Amino acid sequence: MAAKAFDEMNSGTGNPIRAPYRSVADWLARTSAERIAATRHEVDLFYRRHGITFGAYGAADGHETTIPFDIIPRVIAWDEWEYLHKGLVQRVKALNAFLVDAYGAREICRAGVIPEAQILMNAEFVAMAQDLALPGGVHAHIAGIDLVRVGEKDFYVLEDNVRTPSGVSYVLENREVMMRLAPELFSAMRVLPVADYSEELLATLRSVSFSDDAEPTVVLLTPGHFNSAYFEHAFLADEMGIDLCEGSDLFVDEGRVYMRTPRGPQRVDVIYRRVDDAFLDPLAMRPDSFLGVAGLLGALRAGRVNIVNALGNGVADDKSTYTYVPEMIRFYLGEEPILQNVPTWRCDRPDDFKYVLEHLAELVVKEVHGSGGKGMLVGPTSSKAEIEAFAGFVRARPDNYIAQPTLALSTCPTFAGQGVAPRHVDLRPFVLSGRKVTIIPGGLTRVALKEGSLVVNSSQGGGTKDTWVLAPEASSGG
Amino acid sequence: MLSSTAKNLYWMGRYLQRAKSTARLIEATQRMALQSRGEEAAGVAAIFGMEDEFRQTQQQGGRLASLIDFLVLDENNPSSIVSSISAARSNAREERNNITVDVWESLNGLWLELSSRLRGDRVLLDRGALIESVKKQAVMIFGAAQVTLLRDEAYNFLQLGAFLERGDNTARILDVKFHLLRPDGNPHADKPDYFAWSEVLACIGAVRTYRRIYRSALDPMKVAELMMLRRDVPRSVHHCLWMVDLSMRELADTYSAKGEADRLAGELHARLRYARVDHIFDIGLAKFLGGVRDDIATLSDEIGRQFLLD
Repeated sequence: MAAKAFDEMNSGTGNPIRAPYRSVADWLARTSAERIAATRHEVDLFYRRHGITFGAYGAADGHETTIPFDIIPRVIAWDEWEYLHKGLVQRVKALNAFLVDAYGAREICRAGVIPEAQILMNAEFVAMAQDLALPGGVHAHIAGIDLVRVGEKDFYVLEDNVRTPSGVSYVLENREVMMRLAPELFSAMRVLPVADYSEELLATLRSVSFSDDAEPTVVLLTPGHFNSAYFEHAFLADEMGIDLCEGSDLFVDEGRVYMRTPRGPQRVDVIYRRVDDAFLDPLAMRPDSFLGVAGLLGALRAGRVNIVNALGNGVADDKSTYTYVPEMIRFYLGEEPILQNVPTWRCDRPDDFKYVLEHLAELVVKEVHGSGGKGMLVGPTSSKAEIEAFAGFVRARPDNYIAQPTLALSTCPTFAGQGVAPRHVDLRPFVLSGRKVTIIPGGLTRVALKEGSLVVNSSQGGGTKDTWVLAPEASSGG
Repeated sequence: MLSSTAKNLYWMGRYLQRAKSTARLIEATQRMALQSRGEEAAGVAAIFGMEDEFRQTQQQGGRLASLIDFLVLDENNPSSIVSSISAARSNAREERNNITVDVWESLNGLWLELSSRLRGDRVLLDRGALIESVKKQAVMIFGAAQVTLLRDEAYNFLQLGAFLERGDNTARILDVKFHLLRPDGNPHADKPDYFAWSEVLACIGAVRTYRRIYRSALDPMKVAELMMLRRDVPRSVHHCLWMVDLSMRELADTYSAKGEADRLAGELHARLRYARVDHIFDIGLAKFLGGVRDDIATLSDEIGRQFLLD
């Protein structure tokens, strides 16, 4: 296992309790174990009653489960957030510039910064999206950037998610639960609110309509209630007051998209889709898809409907393109990256390939297009046999893998069994890009509930925490 | 039916609705307090017209927690949640033969639950759970009335009380909160504070309703329109006065008689029905709402006079 992890509550210098956590530490000391056990029980009831569930693929008989919620909040001081905020805005601006370029002139390839094959040969490249001029030059309207922390000042970007990142409903619901269950904690410090996310999201979606209509019609396209994130789709549609559509609710006529309503067809200007690229339009993509709308991409190309996030964003967020993001920031913005990448070995490079195979036991190896914590190897916690088996996969398809050092992800105090113990966490802030860029303070903190585990994905038994960004005046520890 | 029965049902409706509105209002205010800064306590006391009473009950002045206890638990405050539920329950008890078992048992169940919660240690009392419980069960009691009560005079008096109270509550909340957020009465002054205005809507549980109707960012003028004029919003002043007017017509049919209360109910309903929000802001929101609230109070007096409830 890597060196001892940075604990966000207890790794202070001088006073061992770091300033932003002092109220939380006091609260933990003051509150009895019974009271906390009772509270945790209430949390579970709350989530079940509200139907805030997650159907993890592969869970026994596909049952809905709740994602475990840990009631000890994760606290971020204002100056830390200010720094992250700047870095996130910079990174997402560069990713958007890259996507415009990747589906345009590909200047970055001509400049020799990124090989053209990295884009054109990418399995996620969508030729239909070439030369599309999207409103505001935005492709990644909703971006989830996964960050990890390893020290007092050291944050890394672990990966970018610019296809259909999910999890924001937990950010909003976790806050509701915390306000209900531990109001005394909120009065001890000033926590920046997050409830305006839906208002900002709707404004972002409306701002990227092709039409000049003052109030363009926005809908949310879901694959349906069997999808693991269906709760989130329904939640966001409800919060924004927009219609939650499945493919069969929409149709294309004369190059325009309409939804079927009892009043007759109603025009749709922007589709916030939570359906993957391949299923969006059976005429253009997978012909066997029942989740999409025939002719949708034609309407997009004709500038009659905008699809959010844009098609083919996968070329910007797969794990091999990831290694180029710092270069993108320099190339498009002429700035030095504020947030650092985790050092990454690409197995399609001979030197890296050799190094990775020799050091599998120390590294984390991931599939280039993998997600959800599947298809990955965490060297230090794997058996010899597992490592051997994985080495076979890497040899068979080197271009499908990247490797990174095993980071000592920071830990936060978390309820485990009978008491409080440190558990590893990451952070996914949600960056909205329309005519302007907005980020609600904080984001989704995921926590690996198993002792020592570094895998925080909810499909792999991770949990979540409410994430608190403290208001400027409250961060000095008072 | 006896006038005393009519009176009990009318007040049962009013008290039950009062407890429910107060629960919702406190919840919204608490949320607001957790998310921002400000003078929440004073604002809430103003909604109940109780700034002075509240100030007298406390030494340090103006803390939200003590205000909440005053509005939720204080048995000396006739409008506190506990007093209201207990009053509604004693009204119902006197009219057990005029209401269904479902209505009685659900109301009595709530009262029993509150009583047992109050017997415990006040320091440990979970206020949040109590408020949540009042909100939920009040919905069940009104639901039981809706699906089980005979549509006779008794039902109409219960409706009359509940909707008069509800309409007055919404008018009060809008009046006080609007004044707090926009003291000059101008809805277009500066960019509206999302959290403050969503809390105003939350007081009547209409945040998502707003999105559904307007599909746009929160705008003070639209918030006012939703709370006053939308007939399809069940807590709007218009909707409530529409229901009041309907019950008055039913009663007029039953008794083949009409009086000043009928005229006033019809006039109030028409005023809200045909008003336009921009005209209201031209004459001044406070002035308009003040007039409506005064007339609701007069209507309540006239109902008492006309049906010999006093």
